[in-house]
Amino acid sequence: MSREFQVLGGRAPRVDARDKVTGRALYAADLKRPGMLFGALVHSPLAHARIVRVNADRALRLPGVKAVLLGKDVPQVRFGVSPARYDETVLAQDKVRYAGDEVAAVAAVDAETALAAAALVEVEYEELEAVLDAPAAMAPGAPKLHDMYPGNICAEVHQEFGDVARARGQAEVIRQDTFTSKMQSGAFLEPQCALAEFDHAGRLTLWSATQTPHYVQRTLAMVLGLPEHRVRVVKPYVGGGFGPKASASSMEIATCLLARATGRPVKTVFSREQVFLHGRARHQFRHEMETGIRRDGTLVFLEHRAVLDGGAFASFGIATVYYSGSLLGGPYRLPNMKYDGWRVVTNKPACGAQRGHGAVHARALFEQQLDLLAEEIGMDPIELRLKNVMQAGDVTCNDLNMSSLGMRECIEAVRADCGWDEKRLERRPAGRGIGMACGFFVSGAGYPIYRSRTPHCTVRVRVDENGGGVHVLSGAAEIGQGSDTMLATITAEALGIPLDLVTVFSGDTDLALDLGAYSSRTTLMTGHAAKEAAESVLRQILEALARAAGEPAEDFSFVRGLLHLRGAPYLNEAIRAEFQKEHRGFGGLPAEGPLTFREVSRFAFLERGLIIGTGQYRPPPLGGGFKGAAVGTSPAYGCSAQVAEVAVDLETGQVKVLRITGAHDCGQAVNRTQVEGQMHGSMSMGHGEALYEQVLFDARGRIQNPNLSDYKIPTALDSPELKALIVESHEPNGPFGAKEVGEGGIMPTIPAILNAIRDATGVVIDELPATPERVLAGIRKLGRPR
Amino acid sequence: MKRLIRLRVNGEPVETAVPPNRTLLEMLRDDLGLTGAKEGCGEGDCGACTVLLDGLPVSSCLVLALQAEGREVVTVEGLAREGQLDPLQQAFVEEGGVQCGFCTPGMLLAATSLLAANPDPSEQEIREAIAGNLCRCTGYQKIVESIRRAARRGP
Repeated sequence: MSREFQVLGGRAPRVDARDKVTGRALYAADLKRPGMLFGALVHSPLAHARIVRVNADRALRLPGVKAVLLGKDVPQVRFGVSPARYDETVLAQDKVRYAGDEVAAVAAVDAETALAAAALVEVEYEELEAVLDAPAAMAPGAPKLHDMYPGNICAEVHQEFGDVARARGQAEVIRQDTFTSKMQSGAFLEPQCALAEFDHAGRLTLWSATQTPHYVQRTLAMVLGLPEHRVRVVKPYVGGGFGPKASASSMEIATCLLARATGRPVKTVFSREQVFLHGRARHQFRHEMETGIRRDGTLVFLEHRAVLDGGAFASFGIATVYYSGSLLGGPYRLPNMKYDGWRVVTNKPACGAQRGHGAVHARALFEQQLDLLAEEIGMDPIELRLKNVMQAGDVTCNDLNMSSLGMRECIEAVRADCGWDEKRLERRPAGRGIGMACGFFVSGAGYPIYRSRTPHCTVRVRVDENGGGVHVLSGAAEIGQGSDTMLATITAEALGIPLDLVTVFSGDTDLALDLGAYSSRTTLMTGHAAKEAAESVLRQILEALARAAGEPAEDFSFVRGLLHLRGAPYLNEAIRAEFQKEHRGFGGLPAEGPLTFREVSRFAFLERGLIIGTGQYRPPPLGGGFKGAAVGTSPAYGCSAQVAEVAVDLETGQVKVLRITGAHDCGQAVNRTQVEGQMHGSMSMGHGEALYEQVLFDARGRIQNPNLSDYKIPTALDSPELKALIVESHEPNGPFGAKEVGEGGIMPTIPAILNAIRDATGVVIDELPATPERVLAGIRKLGRPR
Repeated sequence: MKRLIRLRVNGEPVETAVPPNRTLLEMLRDDLGLTGAKEGCGEGDCGACTVLLDGLPVSSCLVLALQAEGREVVTVEGLAREGQLDPLQQAFVEEGGVQCGFCTPGMLLAATSLLAANPDPSEQEIREAIAGNLCRCTGYQKIVESIRRAARRGP
C-alpha cells in the first residue's frame, strides 16, 4: 500500500487545544459533586519511627469533621506496582518509613477544616534509627525498613551477555568512571488530586489525576475488596505526569475509603509539598562503568554496576533497576555487556519512574565515556559513534530487536544542522563548548506490570447513527502528551475522513481497557488498536454500500471524507436523495459532488444497524528467555541524537545552555507539531536535571526544598533555543509505521550538556546537578581553563 | 465574618461575599466557578494562577479577594470574544504552545499583559514576561513562538 497520507504527518492543532486555551478543560481539582467533602492526610514528621499511639478524639470533635481513618480502620491489604513487591498499605500500620508517610486520613466539610482536623490527630512515635542513603542501607547491621527486604535490598540484577572477561583482553583502551545523580521531582504543574464517590448500588467512581486509570482501578478493587467492574476510574484532563502519576497512591485509596465511610463524595488535593513527599519520581543513581574499545574505535565491552536509592517503597523500582542495565544494549553494537544492579530501600520518599525510566543516568555516564575514549584515540566523538551505530534489523546482545532504527540518520541530521564539523574545529571564545550524545528508548513495555496475557489495550470505533462522524472509545490516558490527538489522527487516516469528524472519548475504565500512559506505549499500542477498529468500521460501511452500488467493497475508499470508486469521485443519486429526504429543514446538506462520509455512514446504519469496529493490541512474543528479559523488550525502539552548545563562566562556574539541536526517529510522525513538542519537553527536562534539579534532605531525612522556588526547574529565561529535527523511519510493528517520541528524546540531553561542559572547560562532571560550585571546583582542580 | 465586595470580572460587574482570608484564586475558582486559573503551588512560584488585575499579571494565590475590591480582573475565560479565540489563544492552538494545558491560562494572561504594553516584543522580552510562569511540557520553545506569532498578527 503506498498512498499519500491525508491527515497523518501534518500539523493539525491538538484536538484539546481549544478547551485548554479557553479555560474550559477540566482537571480533577476543578470537579465538584453535590454534597462533596474534602480530604486531608496526616503525614509522619519522622523518617523512621514506631507508632506507639494514635488518637483521633480531638480531630473528631472539631465541627465539620465527618470521618477520621487511622491505620487500624483501613484494609491491611498490601499494594504497590509489581505484585512481587507489594509493600505499601493505605495508612502506616506499625511504623512509619519516611518523613511524609501517611498515618491518618480525614474528611470534613471544607478543605480548611480537613487540614485543621489533620493537625489535631495526635500520634505518639518512638523514633528509630533511619537509613538515609544507599551505602547506609547496605551496611552490615543497618536498620531494616521492611521484613521482606533483607539487607534493605529491594531488587538486584546480575546479567552477562557475551563474555566480558574474555573481551577485556581484546580491548586496547579501557576507561573506568563513576557517576552519581540526585533524587528528582517530576515537577508536573498539576498536583495530584482525587475525587471519589459511591453510588447507591455501591459502585465506586474515582476521578483522578493519574496516568494509569487501569492500574488504579485494579488496585482499588484489590484493596477495597470490590470486584473490578464495580470500580470505575476516570481521568479528567491531567496537568502532566512524566511517570510519578503512573501508579495508585495511598491518597487515592484513602479518598475512596473516606467516601465509603461518610457516604458522601470526597475530594483530596495535594499541596505542592505533598507532591514532593509522595515522590515516585526519578531514583538517585550511582553508576560505575568500565568500557573498553579497540584503537580503531570499535566498542568491545561494558561492565556496569549500579546502585539505586529507592526510598521507602518498591514502587516501579524493580523495573527501574532492570532498565538501568538493559537500555545500554544499544544503539551501538556492543557484543559484551555485564550488569550488576541493586535497588535499595531507604527512609526517604519512594522513587519510581520518570521520563526515560531507569536509563537516563546510565546513559549519561556511558555517553561521557564514549567522548573520553574518543579523545584518547584521537577520534571525533561523532565518528566514534557512527563507527559503532546499529541499524534496522540489528539485535542487541541482550535481545532487543531494532526493527527500525534511524540512529545514523539522527546523528547525521544534528551534525549537519548545528554545523558540528565547523564548530568543533573553530576557535571558540573561552568557556564555549559543544557536545553530543545519543540514546534510544522502548516504544511500549513488552509486558504489563502484572503477569497476564491480557491485551494491552482495546478500542472501539463507533459510527454515529446520524452519520455525524465516528466516536473513538479508548482507555488511553491523555496527560498532555497528545494521545487523544494521536487517536483521532490515526482513526481519521484509517477511514479517509477529516479530523473534525472524529471525537475521542478516553481515560475512563468504563470505555475500554488500556494500561495507560507510561513506557512511551500509547502511539504504538493504542494507535494500533484504533487503526484496527477504524479499518473494521470502514469495511462494514463499504460492504453495505457495495451491495447497493453493485460494485466490490474493496474498490471504494474515502478521500478526505468523500467517496471514491477506483480512485474517482463517486456519487450514488439514490443514497443522496434518501439523505436529503431525511433531512428536510436542515441546512448545509451535501448537494453536489461525490457522496460524503456522512451520507454513506448514515446509509450503512440504515442498512445494517449499529456499526462498531473493535481493535486491540498485544505485543508479539519478545526478547530472550533470561531472567529480567521482560524489562527493556518492546515491539519497537525510538532513538535520538542531540548536540548541546554551552557557555561556561570560567570565573563563577555558571553554565548557560545556549542551544540544543535534537533529532529523533519516531517512525512515521503522526503529528509533526506534537512530535517536536515531545522532543522539546524531553530536552527541557534533561536540561533541568543536568544543571539544577535535586531533592535535598536534611540530616533527619526531611525534604529541605519541597517547593518550586528551591527545587529549580528551567524557566523561560534559563531555557535554551531548542531545535527539533524529525527523522522518520518506517516501523513495521507500529500503526502506519509510527513509534515513540515521548521519552526517547531525554536520553541524550544530560550527556550532551556534560560533554559540552567538558569541551568548554576540560572538567568531567561526575555528579549531578552540574551546579556552579561543582563546575568551578572542577575548573580550579584542573588549574587552568582549557 | 464575610464581607461583600464589588469588582469587575471579565468585563461583568460581580458582587460576592468573602471571608477576609480568602484568596483571589479561591474566590474565582470556588465562588465564581472560573476554574481556568489553576493552583500549581499556592505559593506564588509557578504562575499557573496568573490573572490580570487592572491589566497587570498577578499570582492570584497570593492576592486576597478583598484586595480586588473595585478593581478589574481578567481570567482566561475572558479572553475569547463571542466564541472567537483572541490572537494569542489562536496562536497557542496553531503553534503547539499547549501540551498538558495546566500552565496555559496563566501563560496566556502573562502574554496578554506583555502585548498590551509592547506589541512587538523581542524574544528576550517575551522570555522575561513569562519567566514567572513555569511550564514542564514544552521547554517554552513553542510558547515563545506562539506569542511571537500573535504579536506579528496584531490584536
